[in-house]
This record gives sequence, structure tokens and C-alpha cells, in this order.
Amino acid sequence: MWSASFWACFLGCSTVLALVVPAFNLWIPPSSAIALPDYAVPLLGKYLCYALLALSLDLIWGYAGILSLGHGAFFALGGYCMGMYLMRQIGARGVYGNPALPDFMVFLNWKELPWFWWGFDHFAWAAAMVLLVPGLLALLFGWLAFRSRVTGVYLSIITQAMTYALMLAFFRNDMGFGGNNGMTDYKDILGWDVHQPSTRLGLYIASATALGLGYLLCRFITSSKLGRVLLALRDAESRVRFLGYSVTNAKLFVFIVSAVLAGIAGALYVPQVGIINPSEFSPANSIEIAIWVSVGGRGTLSGAVVGAILVNAGKTWLTGAAPETWLFALGAIFILTTLIFPRGIVGLLRETRWIRRRAATAIAAGEQA
Amino acid sequence: MNSTAAKETLLYLNGVTVSFDGFRALNELSLVVTKGELRTIIGPNGAGKTTMMDVVTGKTRPDIGEVFFRGTTDLTRLDETEIANLGIGRKFQRPTVFENLTVFENLELSLADSRSTWKALFTGPSDERRDRVAATLARIGLAEHQNQPAGALSHGQKQWLEIGMLLIHDRALLLLDEPVAGMTDRETEETAELILDLAKDRTIIVVEHDMAFVRSLGARVTVLHEGSVLAEGSIDHVQNDPRVIEVYLGR
Repeated sequence: MWSASFWACFLGCSTVLALVVPAFNLWIPPSSAIALPDYAVPLLGKYLCYALLALSLDLIWGYAGILSLGHGAFFALGGYCMGMYLMRQIGARGVYGNPALPDFMVFLNWKELPWFWWGFDHFAWAAAMVLLVPGLLALLFGWLAFRSRVTGVYLSIITQAMTYALMLAFFRNDMGFGGNNGMTDYKDILGWDVHQPSTRLGLYIASATALGLGYLLCRFITSSKLGRVLLALRDAESRVRFLGYSVTNAKLFVFIVSAVLAGIAGALYVPQVGIINPSEFSPANSIEIAIWVSVGGRGTLSGAVVGAILVNAGKTWLTGAAPETWLFALGAIFILTTLIFPRGIVGLLRETRWIRRRAATAIAAGEQA
Repeated sequence: MNSTAAKETLLYLNGVTVSFDGFRALNELSLVVTKGELRTIIGPNGAGKTTMMDVVTGKTRPDIGEVFFRGTTDLTRLDETEIANLGIGRKFQRPTVFENLTVFENLELSLADSRSTWKALFTGPSDERRDRVAATLARIGLAEHQNQPAGALSHGQKQWLEIGMLLIHDRALLLLDEPVAGMTDRETEETAELILDLAKDRTIIVVEHDMAFVRSLGARVTVLHEGSVLAEGSIDHVQNDPRVIEVYLGR
């Protein structure tokens, strides 16, 4: 599981993502054909955030059979926590120049900051909330659902309902999160200007680091004994209970870890795209995450990363070239994946490698005989 | 009778009734199993054999009636996980092994050790665990299949693997639901030997249709019919009971 070849592969991929990409931006002159233009850095950073989000879904879907179709909610909550911090950093530089209140509150004629905005002036508080808010929602939601043994398609439906309800709530101006418009017009993060190429490069590297650490954490969990308990309960849940394992606890644990990872992904995403609004909660977004994972190959972890990056790169290209065709293409990709390679890209690669290796051993055995 | 009554009662069911949509799967069933006993339960389809196991293992809650383990533990208040951790193991009618895990991993998960989610995160492979799995693999004759996914085993091998999972789990009470269903004659014979061997140091309840197999176990037989006990005694005793012949054996 943690062999030398694994580490070589992991470190190789991490180096490319975290170091080589920035190098092409910094040290190759912009006139060169292989240079990475400044605008592409936050775009790639966004892909990495999506990859972390996909990874978090693969942990629960691929390994524990929990298909959450509302995972975008945890991502959006993490994003909102970061958005609130970024709003507080604007200070008196807003359109209305009010030092105490963000623009949308001034616009709504609010006189003072709502209590739940307290503390968001400080990065440490916001960072803690990025972890706590999605984590606590996952604890509450998961505890109710798993204790009542809601599984399969029913669980998928109630996760959709959860993200839909949150979307409607965040659309309301009275909620105090900017309503329909969400939060935008950020100025700086930890004192650095968010529009500066160097800040964006820093955010990109932070995203790559979070993705790498998130991957190692997921791999640690899935290769432990708990990982085998998860696989076992995915296939025969009641049998696991009769062995004396608590299915509720095991599911709850990975569900919370997954929600926290999704929240971190959302928090890194917001400063790179420059906005957070309630559409991030839309059920369609959450369904897209499941498509990324199945394209890459569920239950493989690396497949989630590959799937998220490839599908989103395809989306960027196609929405530029022929915007009206994107949804059809997405649907086609999903149908093709389901019908032709249900194990996804990584699953398919592993399968062919396995068949080749078997063929090689068969030939070797034949030569001996 | 006196010698039985003097022994410690391990499992006690009294007046247990379970209804599904008006159908009484169990009808005031009362049953006492003493510690160390090997008991076989027979009965026609729908007699309530599997429902009885569901009640004992917490899968089904009785409408009325008492179910006690070791005299004082009320099983009707506990869920499957808690009951399993009291020391009650179960083998299902259809072999249910974890098909996507290897034979080795199936046994490793069944090992009698901590069931904590947190500890499972930090439990790595150890020589001690590996040795215990290897010993069980040898006993159920699946040593050369240990790295295969359990889904690739034959039906009989899956039955054996499931028995091996109970074996390594080391439970005080085992409930075996049709352990030789779908086995060849030779496998059936070997399973009977294994069960007799297991019965030396634990209590076992076997539900079975195969009369030759029940006879080979040579244990006390309880006949269930329409959710309650029709007859109880040695195999010869129940086979000669006219009521038993009428509802079951005579058909």
C-alpha cells in the first residue's frame, strides 16, 4: 500500500502540480508558446479545488457506498466561511465606504453586524469555521440518516434535498450572506492583494498542497482496517453489524472527514474565482461531482482527481468553443462511462495492466513447461 | 430433565410472538438452550426458524415475549451490533461473505478484537493477527485461496469461509442457518465434523432441513411448526412422534 513505487508516483505527480506548473508561469517569458499565462493560474487552481472535492466524494461513495448528491453543500459552506473573511478584509474600501459593514448590508439598511459574522475579521477564526461548519452539518445530518439506516437511493435523495434547502435559504437576503448576489469584490487575503499574480500563484500552490495532503489522508483511511470495514459494509451492511462493528460510527466518521475536505476545497476555491453565491448549492453542481468521480473511476481515489481535472478542462474548452453543447456533452460522457467503462479511466488502466501482467505470467509459465 | 435444569441457561425465549401483516411468524415461542449444548432446529418452510434467529440477533423485535441471554441480558433492547459484541454469532442461510475482500481480509475483519471505529483506523497488519488468520485458514482448508476475492470461491467454499469467520470471531453462542445448504455429500460430512468439533467449547444452534445431517450431529432436536415448538427430544423420538410425521416428515 505504501510501497516505494507509490511514493515515487505520488511525489512525481505532486512536484508537477505544485512546482512545475508555477515554474512555467514565472520563468518562461509570456511571449513563448509554452508559457502559462497569468489568467490560467487561478483556472488550474480551481480544477485542483474541484479535484479535492471529487476526492472527498470518492472516499464515501467509492469506499462506503454513500452516494451523496448534496456534497456541493459542504463545498459551498466552506466557501462562504472564506467569503465572509474576505468581505471583512475589504474594510472601508467598499462602494459605500462603510468601515463596519459589508456593502450588501449597507444596501439593506442594516445598522450592525449580525452575531454570526463576529470573528470573521480574523483568518484563524474563519479557517476554524471552514472545518467546523461542514463538519458539524455532516455530523448532524449523518447521525440522523445513518442511525435511521437510510441508505442507497433514499440517502442520495435526502442529500439533494439538503443542498436544495440550503440554496433556497442562502438566496434570502434576510439570511445575512448577501442573498442572490452572494459575496464578491474581494480585496485581499492575509494582507496580499487577491488580484496580484503572485497571490494567485500562492493560492494555486496552497490548493495543490491541500489536494496532496487530502489524498494521503484518504489513502491512509482506505488502506487501514477501517477501509476494509467500509468496503465490507458497502457490499453487505447487515453482515458487518452481525460481526459487531458499528455501521453508524464507521459511516459517520468518513462522512465527516469527507465533508471537511469538501469545505477546505470550497474555501480555497472562493479567493481564486473571486465570488461565492447560492448557486454553488444547486443540486446540479452536486450531481456533476458524481460524474467527475465516475469518469475517473470510483473507489480509486486517484481516479477522482483525474476525472475532476479532465472533465473540467473539457468544460472550459467546450463552453468557450460551443457553449450550448456542453450539457449534452456532459450527459454523453456520463452515459458512455456507465455503459462502456463503468470502472472509469483509472479502473480501466488498472484492469488492462492486470490482464497484461497475468498474460505475462501465463507466458512465463508456458515457457517453463 | 433434572440434569438439564441444573445446567446454566444461556438462551431463554418465553412467549415470543412476531407478526408480519397479521401473519404470525412466531406464535408464543418458548425455548431454552443451556450452556455448552448443541441444538438442532427443524421444521417445514414458514415454521419460524429464521425469524427465531432474527429475534435472537436483534434483526427483528418481537411484538411480545422475553428473550434473555446469560439469564439477565434482555436481547430485545439491543441492536445487532451490541448483541454481536455480547458473544452471539450468526451464519446466514445464503452464504454472505464480503465478496470484494480477499479470503484473508474476510477472516481478519472477523478476528475477535476491538470493534472501535477509531482503533480500526490505526490497526495495521501484525504477526499475531496474521498467525491467527493462518490457523483458521488451515482449519477450513482455504489456505491456498487466501489472496483470492471471496466472490471467486465456490458455493461450498463460501459456506466454509463463513463458518471460519464465526470460528475466528470466537463467540459463546453460534446460530447456524442451514450450514450445509448446497454442499456436496463430502462437504456436508466435513461440516458435520467441524460443527461437532466446535461444539466442544461453545453453544451452537443449527437450523437444518437435511435429515441425514441432523442425524449425524446426534443432538437434541426441536421441531418448530407455525411459530411454536411442536416436539423436542432425540432425533428418533421426534421422528416417531405422530404429530411431527403429519406436519413435516410424513409429507
